Amino acid sequence: MTSSSVIRSSAAARAAGDRVPWRSRLTRADVKFAPYFFIAPFFVLFAIFGAFPLVYTGWVSLHDWHLIGEHTFVGFANYTALFADPDFWNALKNTVGIFLLATVPQLLMALAVANLLNRKIRARTFFRMGVLIPNVTSVAAVGIVFGQLFARDVGLVNYLITTFGLDAVDWQANTWSSWIAIAVMVDWRWTGYNTLILLGAMQAIPKDLYESASLDGAAPWQQFWRITVPLLRPTLVFTVIISTIGGLQLFTEPVIFGNGKMLGGTLGQFQTVTMYMYETAFQRFQYGYGAAIAWSLFGLIVVFSLVNLLLIRRAAR
Amino acid sequence: MSQTKRFLVVTVAAVTAMGMVGACSKNTDAKPVADGQTGQVNLVVDTFGDFGYKALVEQYQQSHPNVKVELRSVQKLDDYKPKLTQYLAAGTGAGDVVALEEGILNEFKTQPQNFVNLLDHGAADQQGNFLPWKWELGKAGADGPLIGLGTDVGGLAVCYRKDLFAKAKLPTDRDAVSKLWPTWDEFIVTGKKFTAANTGAKGFVDSVTTSFSAMLSQAGETNFYDRDNKLIAESNPAVRQAWDTSMKMVSEGVSAKIATWSKDWEAGFKNGSFATTMCPSWMLGIIKTNSGAANAGKWDVAAVPGGGGNWGGSWLAVPTQSKHPKEAYELAKFLTGPDGQVGAFKEAGPLPSSPKALDDPAFLALTNDYFSQAPVGQIFGAGAKTLKPVVLGPKHQAIKERAFEPAMQAVEQGKLTSDKAWQQALKSAAKEAK
Repeated sequence: MTSSSVIRSSAAARAAGDRVPWRSRLTRADVKFAPYFFIAPFFVLFAIFGAFPLVYTGWVSLHDWHLIGEHTFVGFANYTALFADPDFWNALKNTVGIFLLATVPQLLMALAVANLLNRKIRARTFFRMGVLIPNVTSVAAVGIVFGQLFARDVGLVNYLITTFGLDAVDWQANTWSSWIAIAVMVDWRWTGYNTLILLGAMQAIPKDLYESASLDGAAPWQQFWRITVPLLRPTLVFTVIISTIGGLQLFTEPVIFGNGKMLGGTLGQFQTVTMYMYETAFQRFQYGYGAAIAWSLFGLIVVFSLVNLLLIRRAAR
Repeated sequence: MSQTKRFLVVTVAAVTAMGMVGACSKNTDAKPVADGQTGQVNLVVDTFGDFGYKALVEQYQQSHPNVKVELRSVQKLDDYKPKLTQYLAAGTGAGDVVALEEGILNEFKTQPQNFVNLLDHGAADQQGNFLPWKWELGKAGADGPLIGLGTDVGGLAVCYRKDLFAKAKLPTDRDAVSKLWPTWDEFIVTGKKFTAANTGAKGFVDSVTTSFSAMLSQAGETNFYDRDNKLIAESNPAVRQAWDTSMKMVSEGVSAKIATWSKDWEAGFKNGSFATTMCPSWMLGIIKTNSGAANAGKWDVAAVPGGGGNWGGSWLAVPTQSKHPKEAYELAKFLTGPDGQVGAFKEAGPLPSSPKALDDPAFLALTNDYFSQAPVGQIFGAGAKTLKPVVLGPKHQAIKERAFEPAMQAVEQGKLTSDKAWQQALKSAAKEAK
């Protein structure tokens, strides 16, 4: 009885399929296409504000392009000039140097702080929220405050150094000192952000792993390196890649540190690639050359992210 | 309906929605057109820093009830220039009246089609209102179109701290101080006397870059470019002499080695880290802001070593993209007229470029409370009419600020020797001029 009624109703459905009522057709279309409609705004916006400028910048980079004035097609001449440009290599050296100086301690600190916050401590939520506060501070404000701290004559850092009997440091004059000052700014702002991400991942690690480990007599630090870190791998990869992308685009901190100038110190001690790009395009008005720097930076970020991905995967395996 | 077709419909719908957003913003843009029908004209004036136009604009709106003026100002010239360039390239966004600083003006002269030829609006009758060279510089070429009407000139002086001078047992009266240094060498000698007295200041002058700028502007004739816009930074004795004197100031220890516009520089005014700085008239407002109320009456103004010179100064221009070029010209004419220039000087300190304004008793009688009642009208006005204009060339500003000044600061930081820094400056200059 049941089987025959199923057969009968499916037959009816098949018969109806020959001339489907428009309502049900609409329902089916709705199920099929509505998702595309909902995600369309992102793709449309991305096409206009993401993909188009990217491609257009590539087109500009093949020209000798003056904003007001002529645009002459020069092929890859901008790129060949760029690879022979000592200022570009200097900027790249600074960018990578500051990136390493900032990112390595930053992630280690984030890992340590996240581990602390993952324990049962008093006012846990307060501390967890507290570490994010530097991140929601405006980057310009951070730059101004740290610029004051690292000022040569009136800076707090030099005041402390001299009270210990050491010589005051002209932070902007030396490459190493300017890198440190900028790395401190970056770390102050981003350590908390990475802490929260790592903390979230730590909380997802099953507690019974730790319980059985401690039953087997594993010390806390063994548990940390043998259980926590390996299980954090996907999250670590994420934080490293996000830090790479951010670090290679470092701009506001060094600009404000250098009194708003794009030169990055008297001899380019801390001029990053983005600063060099801005200087070329918006101060020398060589848009084609600036666009070539932008595309080279894009390529570099892709390469660095891939290398990091491989390194982290292997290290955490 | 096939899947691809449906997808197309969806995309078109989304794009249409986007288009509607765009259309909305277009409506607000179209506002001036609607205003035009009622006779109402909205004008935007773009300046950098403080041009002292607030009271003048109020006055203009009262006498021209159909005109509404919006003042837009960008604090830093460095930020203003790329913005304006982008507006000009995009053909939209620029104000109806825009301020052009001497460096910018020279670059934009190579593209005069972006600006209204003010002679077409009858500007020729204004010629007598300006110092002859100021008028000439506003033109793109001797017989070219008139792009800008002059606003101010940067007459030179030295601002000094009376309290620090007293501590070092130097004279403090402004006439006596002026007599200390008819030449730059004597200025250095005074500086050495000052540093020997150990007043607690870091140095006599803030940085040698300001003196370098002053010396360049006194050179008359040419600096980095010759009259044919050829780069002559290396061979021009005027540049080399200004460089050598600046380097001497470093080696004689009279510089506080504080980079201008840095945090240390701003704080240095408050803390009395240096006793003197070069003072083009537009610098007075900056010194006052940086030094703060606590130091009122400690600063005074004396003559500059080596005679008068012009450092800085601007023009007002009307971009061709303005919808109301005629009204915009009328406003620019008012702001650059003798009364406009005196009004601006009173409000913010830019020195008039109009001989009539410079002779105006109201101008000559002006004193500055903050600078110990210094008769600034007389001090700056005296030299203004005899100023020798300098041929600047298209990238003058960039070469000065991004090639020579960093090189000199590197010497002050102890990072380069004078010779290496000179080579570095020339190399950067060539790159800027490319």
